[in-house]
Amino acid sequence: MAVKDYIRERFFPHIWCQGCGHGIVMNAMLRAIDSLAMSKNEIVMVSGIGCSSRISGYLDFHTLHTLHGRALAFATGVKMSLPALNIIVPMGDGDALAIGGNHFIHAARRNIDLTAIVMNNRIYGMTGGQFSPLSGFGTKETTAPYGNIDHTFDISALSIAAGATFVARTTAYHVQQLTELIKSGILHEGFSVIEVMSQCPTYFGRKNKLGGAVEMLRQFKEITTPKGSKAKQANPELIERGILHQTEQPEYCNSYEQMTALAQKGK
Amino acid sequence: MNTNVKFVQGNEACVEGALYAGLDFFAGYPITPSTEIMEHLALRLPRQGGKFIQMEDEIASMCAIIGASLTGRKVMTATSGPGFSLKQEALGFAIMAEIPCVVVNVQRGGPSTGNPTHVSQGDVNQSRWGAHGDHAIVTLTASNHQDVFKMTVEAFNIAETYRTPVILLFDEVVGHLREKLVIPGKGKIPLVKRLRTAVKEGTDYHPYLPREDGRLPMSDFGSVHRYNVTGLFHDMWGFPTDDPQIVKGLQRHLVDKIENNANQVLNYKEFYLDDAECILISYGASARSALHVVKNRRLRGEKLGLIELQTLWPFPNQLIREKCEKAHYILVVEMNMGQILREVKNAVHFPEKVFLANRIDGSLISDGDIRNILRIVQGKGV
Repeated sequence: MAVKDYIRERFFPHIWCQGCGHGIVMNAMLRAIDSLAMSKNEIVMVSGIGCSSRISGYLDFHTLHTLHGRALAFATGVKMSLPALNIIVPMGDGDALAIGGNHFIHAARRNIDLTAIVMNNRIYGMTGGQFSPLSGFGTKETTAPYGNIDHTFDISALSIAAGATFVARTTAYHVQQLTELIKSGILHEGFSVIEVMSQCPTYFGRKNKLGGAVEMLRQFKEITTPKGSKAKQANPELIERGILHQTEQPEYCNSYEQMTALAQKGK
Repeated sequence: MNTNVKFVQGNEACVEGALYAGLDFFAGYPITPSTEIMEHLALRLPRQGGKFIQMEDEIASMCAIIGASLTGRKVMTATSGPGFSLKQEALGFAIMAEIPCVVVNVQRGGPSTGNPTHVSQGDVNQSRWGAHGDHAIVTLTASNHQDVFKMTVEAFNIAETYRTPVILLFDEVVGHLREKLVIPGKGKIPLVKRLRTAVKEGTDYHPYLPREDGRLPMSDFGSVHRYNVTGLFHDMWGFPTDDPQIVKGLQRHLVDKIENNANQVLNYKEFYLDDAECILISYGASARSALHVVKNRRLRGEKLGLIELQTLWPFPNQLIREKCEKAHYILVVEMNMGQILREVKNAVHFPEKVFLANRIDGSLISDGDIRNILRIVQGKGV
């Protein structure tokens, strides 16, 4: 199918600013889904609140646009209820890791088969440019006009520590890799996290003098490197892209089925 | 022996009622004094192929049941005061997105951590007004195990009929008391099934377009109709809008679908009302003590009567006004600072004749507590 066949054209134009990275992520997500030849009826997209969370409404799947930070909790209910469904959860960095941090680590710990795509643009865009847990020390935002004194998270390291069994990272610049990683995340049985560094030229870029969308995308190219590359050894500051962690652990809904069988034997 | 007779806690009576009603998905988080509900469901649901999940907090539990309800399951969560506060955000979502679900609050003393192991009826108003924004909600309660069972089934039926969350507001002493419960045979209490759309695949389905009777047929996630569900004001497809006409229409619909059907969701019991000069109005555990007083006074020839409310919200204004028309005075018996008292005063023609008999120290209100107030009201001194 063409990408446009997955879109609810009736609801366009979308709300994103010019140069925003979220449309690129949406595009990559649809290409990944298309290449897996999945039925639209099997896909549930669950999102929270924020710019990135609006993705769900634009797409022709079962879509559940929930509360700020709570997408994974709603998604857990859907998945537990009908494990045959494929659940994709587009999230923002503040959505996933500030207000939704608790749900995030516990979904990872359970290893429930959800695919969380965290669009990390290091800012709260929808409310106009406040710092998020991913903004980083020394950055500038409307709520950190003298420089941010909050330290940042490493989404991937946090996900691995919390028990996610598939953790990957890339950027909105690396669209082919992004498509492949989303594909792998969907195919992986267990909790998958794909962190996508996404540009917000309107707020993060402007406040921190990073230029427009093109400059920010160029920066993604320059500050990242494939996992295990020689460049990383030479320059440890570079951020690694690719599958950072993948392991097999019992998936939550499978374990529930096994537990249920045990309970019914003793009936 | 009739195996349908059980000697159980009130919390178990709630579990039995929920399973009778077809509960097949429960998400919860441990909290006194409601925990036995989730413990029993952790045991029972897997055995019969249902789903049980202990979530990371009360917020997540509420969110999870909403997600599960969208796949077509009958869902419930159970909590107490602090957890009930946490659930309000997602409860509001369920109201806005019109998701059938049942939320049990076995009340404890509050505010805050309060008096976790003791009785209180302090959450009456929170159950009505806890979620932000204009809305309507159904809240049911019960004073004994048979009624806990019955009201739990009723809650599921109302939730499905009106596509709404329903709150079951129980009391700690009822939840933990053990008494007899007779589980009715299958079919004895009618069950409302989910109303699903008859719209065929490929035809435009409008999840938020009410039928002429006001009901909105649903379509399960995973089936042929793919639609959007959101907590934003939305159009008939479920897509966000701030169109003033649509916003106004939805706001009215959310309130009207409950308020206009107040009589359909009204449950109450009455005792000795015909010639009653003094009417006690009570609910939950308090109604047991109130009934005790009424029965004893009747033996002495005093004309006391009792209205036991089982539907607290929407508050039955008309019922109270009509039943209390001829009463010389009215005594509201409850375990809070007068949350239902206010509603009763608001409902009757003579608010100056309405008095409060309450207890707020974490102990069950006794017949003596009620008699003491009666003496004052009757002019017999302190």
